[in-house]
Amino acid sequence: MKKIISAVLITVMLMTALSFLTACSSYDNTLYVLNWGDYIKPSLIKQFEKETGYKVKYTTMTSNEEMMIKLRSEDCIYDLCFPSDYVIEKLIEEDLLAEINKDNIPNLSNIDPKFLELSNQFDEGCKYSVPYMWGTVGIVYNTELVKEPVDSWDILWDEKYSGQVLMYDSMRDSIGVTLIKLGYDMNTRNPEEVEAAAQALMAQKPIRMGFFGDDAKDTMISGQGALAVVYSGDAMLCCDPDEGNPNLAYVVPKEGSNVWFDNMIIPKTSTKKAMAEEFINFLCDAEVAKENTEYIGYSTPNMAALALMDESWTENPIYNPAQDVLDRCTIFHDLGDFLRVFEEAWNKVYFEN
Amino acid sequence: MKTLGKVFKWIYLVLTLVFLYAPIFVLIVFSFTESRTMSKWNGFSLNAYREMLSDAALMDALKVTLIVAVVSAVAATFIGTVAAIGINSMKRRRRMIVENISQLPMVNPDLVTGISLMMLFSFIGLSSKFGYLRLILAHTTFNVPYVMFSVLPKLRQSSNMLYEAAMDLGCKPTKALWKVVIPDIMPGIISGFIMAFTLSLDDFVISWFVADGIQNLSIYIYGLAKRGISTKINAFSALMFVVVVTLLLIVNIRSMREEKYAAAQRKKVAKSN
Repeated sequence: MKKIISAVLITVMLMTALSFLTACSSYDNTLYVLNWGDYIKPSLIKQFEKETGYKVKYTTMTSNEEMMIKLRSEDCIYDLCFPSDYVIEKLIEEDLLAEINKDNIPNLSNIDPKFLELSNQFDEGCKYSVPYMWGTVGIVYNTELVKEPVDSWDILWDEKYSGQVLMYDSMRDSIGVTLIKLGYDMNTRNPEEVEAAAQALMAQKPIRMGFFGDDAKDTMISGQGALAVVYSGDAMLCCDPDEGNPNLAYVVPKEGSNVWFDNMIIPKTSTKKAMAEEFINFLCDAEVAKENTEYIGYSTPNMAALALMDESWTENPIYNPAQDVLDRCTIFHDLGDFLRVFEEAWNKVYFEN
Repeated sequence: MKTLGKVFKWIYLVLTLVFLYAPIFVLIVFSFTESRTMSKWNGFSLNAYREMLSDAALMDALKVTLIVAVVSAVAATFIGTVAAIGINSMKRRRRMIVENISQLPMVNPDLVTGISLMMLFSFIGLSSKFGYLRLILAHTTFNVPYVMFSVLPKLRQSSNMLYEAAMDLGCKPTKALWKVVIPDIMPGIISGFIMAFTLSLDDFVISWFVADGIQNLSIYIYGLAKRGISTKINAFSALMFVVVVTLLLIVNIRSMREEKYAAAQRKKVAKSN
């Protein structure tokens, strides 16, 4: 018994020592990446490690808010993150981001200028961020259940589809599309308009099946819902001939919608900025970006990658929408203190009915 | 009447088993689908298993989980056992106080433990560079009381006289501890270790607050949920299930054999008397 115990103890001590040693010795050589779950093709990380000899420690987050907390902490360890547009605006304001040295990212020329221009709206001059993925918000509908043409947010309030409408379980998106339906700006700072949106959402209750998160996809694919508010990336999967349901279609309503970005940023606290820039450059490579976007299913802002992809992608209006769709979409902006008004309205809709 | 009772008994048993195992069964079945999500069955394939193996982040998370579970369970077993032996020999009053204080971490919500550990680590400057150390310390912290309270009852069952007898027969205190006391309470220590190990394996809340720069399985899988659990998680869970069931079977078969052996020994002793 004694022998077994001492053997176990020795192994454990060795393991601990080893893990600390590897942690310490490899620290300078390790790039700490914080990203959304399943938001990069795993083999690309290995490829980057092989090409450069660096080690990538890849960790995941579930919300922009979680990431913000981690970036604000004094001993923030991360070297590269992938936050969304309005969060970047806030991070810049809080002076948490490092300016990216564009000389280290020659592949930046692969990024379509029109997306850099859109990024410009939340990151002036694109000093701090490089676009990674983008998409729109729209309606996925089942053509078996919805016989009329869908082109307006109003249809989500149509009593014909009582109990068959799926809204998205996200404050900015649900209130945002309601604001657009009412003819307001989705970045409004007028409390009355937000209140009107809350009232509209409350009135929608009998028509709404509920607020869905990721499970909206499964519900739509199995044919249980008629209409759902989804991101274009998820709509790709819903309408996929193999994995989805052939009766589903996607539309960005004529009143306009939200266009969103997830960009790559380097926190100010990073001590390995050059390495992080190398990784950004790697991800902007045409071939790499192509593999990545085909794995994730979200649209890439990389025009060189797009040129390599086949028609099933580039001709797909969900993946690669026409310019007029993009023209009627707007980007979310950071709401500052006004966010509280949104939160109150959202709580009212969410809990009081 | 009798057959009716029997039928009911079987139905009840089957229903219970279905209730317990249907989710796992569905999960395992869908680990063999060709599709990348669980929304549709697209025919048999081992894609999910291939994807699982090629996901370095998942394998990393597995490594972190195992290292943290083993190290923190061993550390907690050591600390907990020593503490239990100490507490057991205290006077009644002091024992009550110490026991109650040690119970606190068990009743404390995970949330509170997690946040306070996070604050403590950043206060003493144990930075994110020491991801492993932070996780191991946190897991050891919440594991210690579980070990203590699985060892203490064993100590109470046994008697101080064994220890004294060992000393009478010429043992030094340390030797008596190793040769008599520890073997006597071994079942308690082992079950404490297993409990600590499993608690560490499936802890999410505390790890989520403490981990930075590294992540264990629960955090990784939670992160995937944002974009829909892909079937590689099914594949992974199916493998975990098989491994755990095999381990359980081995442990049970061994203990059955031991019981048989012990029963045979008792018979022999009874006969020779």
